[in-house]
Amino acid sequence: MADTSATNAFVEFERVQKSYDGENLVVKDLNLSMPKGEFLTMLGPSGSGKTTCLMMLAGFETATHGDIRLDGKSINNIPPHKRGIGMVFQNYALFPHMTVAENLAFPLEVRKIGKSVREEKVKIALDRVQMGDFGGRRPAQLSGGQQQRVALARALVFEPELVLMDEPLGALDKQLRETLQFEITHLAHELGITVVYVTHDQTEALTMSDRVAVFENGRIQQLAPPDQLYEEPENSFVAQFIGENNTLEGVVKEIKGGTCLVQLDGGGLIEAKPINVTQAGERTRVSIRPERVEFNKDRMPEGAHTLKAEVLEFVYMGDIFRTRLRVAGTDNFIIKTRNAPDQVRLQPGQQIEIGWLAEDCRALDA
Amino acid sequence: MSDTVDATNTPGEKSGPVLAADGTPLKRSLRRALRRQKMSALLLIAPLLIFILITFIAPIADMLFRSVENEIVQDTLPRTTAILETWDSESGSIPDAPVFKALYQDIFIAQERKLHTRLGSRLNYELTGASSLFRKSGRGVGDIGEVYQDQFEDMNAFWKKGENWNDILGSDAWLAEIKSWKKSSGQAQPPFELRADIAEILPETAAFYKIFADFTQNEKNSNLYKKDPWELIYSSFYDDLTGANAARIDTYTGPGAAELSEAKTAAASFETVDYKVAFGDIDKDWVKMPIWDTIRAYSPRFTNGYFLNAVDMQKSEDGPELRPENQRIYYTLFMRTLFMSSVITISCILLGYPVGWILANLPARTANLLMILVLLPFWTSLLVRTSAWKVMLQQQGVVNDTLVWLGIVADDSRLALINNQTGTIIAMTHILLPFMILPLYSVMQTIPPSYLRAAKSLGATNWTAFWRVYFPQSVPGIGAGSILVFILSIGYYITPEIVGGTTGTFISNRIAYHISSSLNWGLAAALGAILLAVVLGLYYAYDKIVGIDNVKLGG
Amino acid sequence: MKFTTTLLATSALIGAGTFAFADAHGNMANEMTLVSWGGAYQASQDKAYLQPYLENNPGVTGVWDESSNEAVAKLRAMNEAGNITWDLVDVVAADAIRLCDEGLAMEIDADEMLADAPDGTPASEDFGDLLVSDCFIPQIVYSTTFGYRTDMVGDTPPTKICDVFDLEAYPGKRALEKRPINNMEWALLCDGVAKDEVYDVLATPEGQEKALAKLDTIKDNVIWWSAGADTPQLLADGEVVMGSTYNGRLFSVIEEQKQPVAMLWDAQVFDLDGWIIPAGLPADRLARVKDFVKFATDTQRLADQSQYISYGPARLSSAPMVGKHADLGIDMAPHMPTDPKNATNTFLYNYEFWADYRDDIDAKFQAWLAQ
Repeated sequence: MADTSATNAFVEFERVQKSYDGENLVVKDLNLSMPKGEFLTMLGPSGSGKTTCLMMLAGFETATHGDIRLDGKSINNIPPHKRGIGMVFQNYALFPHMTVAENLAFPLEVRKIGKSVREEKVKIALDRVQMGDFGGRRPAQLSGGQQQRVALARALVFEPELVLMDEPLGALDKQLRETLQFEITHLAHELGITVVYVTHDQTEALTMSDRVAVFENGRIQQLAPPDQLYEEPENSFVAQFIGENNTLEGVVKEIKGGTCLVQLDGGGLIEAKPINVTQAGERTRVSIRPERVEFNKDRMPEGAHTLKAEVLEFVYMGDIFRTRLRVAGTDNFIIKTRNAPDQVRLQPGQQIEIGWLAEDCRALDA
Repeated sequence: MSDTVDATNTPGEKSGPVLAADGTPLKRSLRRALRRQKMSALLLIAPLLIFILITFIAPIADMLFRSVENEIVQDTLPRTTAILETWDSESGSIPDAPVFKALYQDIFIAQERKLHTRLGSRLNYELTGASSLFRKSGRGVGDIGEVYQDQFEDMNAFWKKGENWNDILGSDAWLAEIKSWKKSSGQAQPPFELRADIAEILPETAAFYKIFADFTQNEKNSNLYKKDPWELIYSSFYDDLTGANAARIDTYTGPGAAELSEAKTAAASFETVDYKVAFGDIDKDWVKMPIWDTIRAYSPRFTNGYFLNAVDMQKSEDGPELRPENQRIYYTLFMRTLFMSSVITISCILLGYPVGWILANLPARTANLLMILVLLPFWTSLLVRTSAWKVMLQQQGVVNDTLVWLGIVADDSRLALINNQTGTIIAMTHILLPFMILPLYSVMQTIPPSYLRAAKSLGATNWTAFWRVYFPQSVPGIGAGSILVFILSIGYYITPEIVGGTTGTFISNRIAYHISSSLNWGLAAALGAILLAVVLGLYYAYDKIVGIDNVKLGG
Repeated sequence: MKFTTTLLATSALIGAGTFAFADAHGNMANEMTLVSWGGAYQASQDKAYLQPYLENNPGVTGVWDESSNEAVAKLRAMNEAGNITWDLVDVVAADAIRLCDEGLAMEIDADEMLADAPDGTPASEDFGDLLVSDCFIPQIVYSTTFGYRTDMVGDTPPTKICDVFDLEAYPGKRALEKRPINNMEWALLCDGVAKDEVYDVLATPEGQEKALAKLDTIKDNVIWWSAGADTPQLLADGEVVMGSTYNGRLFSVIEEQKQPVAMLWDAQVFDLDGWIIPAGLPADRLARVKDFVKFATDTQRLADQSQYISYGPARLSSAPMVGKHADLGIDMAPHMPTDPKNATNTFLYNYEFWADYRDDIDAKFQAWLAQ
């Protein structure tokens, strides 16, 4: 799945495995390759192995098997402090006994950089995150967002080419998180650094990254740019994990050309795009995004398959309406419609007919 | 801020005070609410506060007060010390006769009350021999007064009887009451009252008789009317009969006027007592300078003598001076206590830091198990632990046997590990180690491992990461542990007493000695006060250097 | 009818008996707290005095408190607090003198309060010179003497006190008590001072210097003890060649534990241990204590105690009655410090001297130790 053949790879994982107890593999056969300057996010539920991968890259965990390369050189046996990788931690890990400026000066000091140069660099780094006036403060005197900015500045001040970020925005409120998401991507692209970003927040992953690696159960399930990930999930886990998704289970009846026919368990026959089904008789999960479902007969696309549905619940969410339906035996079918002046507001109990285009409906693994 | 200012603001103006719902100024009602809250909080903790004041602070204050308190000399020898004030101690000659007479009176009363030996013990701390001097004098003063008693009694048996004395000296009202009073009645004995004018006719006799009456009635609980007077009454009677006021005796017309008049005539030819000579006969020390210098030096109600003693000094003619070299001990002990406490504290840091680190970095379950091992010594008696060290460290002990067996030490040159400073340091480090580990552990537990990782990711080597990032954050634990260990070890005395020999004992061993053995509580209190001051001084220095907010017992 | 009369007569008798009993014992408290040293010594007191007394006086209870080694300070504290919880306290004579001086112990009239000897000799004569303080009721005579390891002294065991100071003949460590008393006297004796001049010499600063100088010759080889159990332990462990302690402790090391230790009976210091009654007891408790003391210090009881411990009874009249050890069955007389064979060269503790000089010499002694 992952692209391992890139010749200009800056960070490379090759057949990396990791086990803590000698019985279970936390990371199973990881292969990954990133070009310089890429912003890559490792996304996945907790326990999926994404943080372990980051820690192996940083040098705080050793790979049980396999090779990790940085700029073409294997770094398996290089201690963390010699790897030259900047890192931003979940709880910022700002040294509480040092001022902001001292925190920033620390990596320069251990690199034996002269005082004047050091001060210069600290100033630039702080200005870059709009924290220029806070050099004399202690971390405890700063707000969460300010601490995060300082942590970022500290990770960048010694000009590393690779920066790792371990759920850095997890503790912040939504609004601040969005501001910082923008600032981080902006900075990363401006400085041309390579970033590996770990999060379990898919919105964050989609909005920030060049590519997203979706982790589950120690494996990368899909590695792709955000739009591709959302629109073309390669398996039902990714489809389920990224964004909201409707799933209908059934059996493949027939595959022909670019489409297949699926007999749903709850009754009804629908047309879908075969992704990882190969032959008739296989069980499958069919995935349809809620916003691709239409119920307005006037707007129903040409040649759309339709199913009968009963409205169970209508939720007004401001910009959109979210309606829950009973379709083909499942009570959990969601549709989303834009709040427009001519939009119909469905009433619970209403019997409607819904439909979609066959190419928006992906037949995935069961 | 005062509410009068707020209240005088014209209402209706925009700048006027904000009002609460009932129209009172908001500030005032807020203050009232807060006050009520504070009061009820104070009431809640009041029992505890009072308990602490009474059981904690009061005894310490009382003990410290003893380091300067010195009322015993003035209370026991009030007349002597009063006259001694005018004595020129630099004249080189012992005080004159009046002082000895006063001394006789004081010691006589004191020995009746059994207080003279107590004073003797007190003065013996300052002057060797005072103890037996006062004990002997207590026995001797009876003989002095007997000279007059015998002469009066020989002259007229009238003077033998307590009733006759009471008839002369007591008021008529009192006499009527006492004569009808019976001890078995269970009622309180009517308190003695002097006859009107008798204090002017027989001033000395009356004064001492009042003391005698008070002592007999209240301390001895005997019937004063039947009680024969002290020898002291006879000598003061003689003084009155031959004194300047003797002429007034003829004005007396009450009971026994004839006998009184007879006694006055006879007394003129009585054999007299030279008190100075008499005391010299009891003990020649009374006619030498040292005892008088000492009494005079310790007459005031408060003394700095204990404190001087506690810093190896003593009072002298020319003010405080150092004691002779062969009596100086406390300075050495103070210095030794501070030095050894520091060594013990440092040993505890060196041994406790790695243990705290390991505990803090182990999974909680294992850490708790190991914590029990750290606390285990607390569950054994201090004496048992200390005695165990004796078995371990003595010359025929386990450690030496092992070293000899391993061939590291020759059999005839076994190491002296106990009954010296080494023994004290080893045993006390072991005993106090948990007090270092506990705060270290609880502080280290709160330092997230991400700090070390962050430091390493920023390019720091293991050592730099530890030293620049981890260590500074564990300093509050070291501070708390050190303060605990240092202060505890300064006050320890059982362990040094058992394993310290002569070179490993602390100042607290001397304090314990003075409290329980020599009973010199004043000196013990002075030593304790100095120790307290030293600890407070060190605490202040610590606050200045490290900062007291840099002390943590836990997260 | 006859039955009723008998009943009435009986109850009248019982009533009279009860009344008589109440009259004799009516004002006595039924509880006593006795203070002693714990260990074998307290056990001997319990067996010889307290248990027989309790048997004779049903309804009375006695409790031991092992606080004698801090009795002086505790009594003073109790006295200041005005709440004296002890009824009878076992102390050494020096402490008794101190307590008496401080007014913490009650003065005793020996003839009035103590039982006469069986032959009618008044108590004051029977105890004689041992009544060293007005407050002190002597109980035992003990001595502080030296014990030595028989296997560590070669073929010529020490016979004289001065062998303690002879490092050439008897190399090794010695155990001495960490206080000047006794040590200073021995040092002077071995520095050529005649026995009857020891205290005169010790009263002078030069004499004190002299004694310390003598002790200085063995200072590096001394282990200083502060608890009576230290020396027996040090001897048993072979940590010291010889050491001073109370003779009863040595008896138990030699006869009960069968250690290779022997006693050096030379210039042993005679000392006394006995009771004091705290001053200021309420009348009912005082009456009970007086009753107990009269019983516990009579001739037979003092002799009984020596069945359990090798300390000599303080009464002259008890001496001939000393018998065999209650458990070991050996004759106790030869182990008594008062036995003529042991007492050929004894030294009598001078209470008056030490009451005066204790503070002064102790300061010098401690300064010397700390050097």
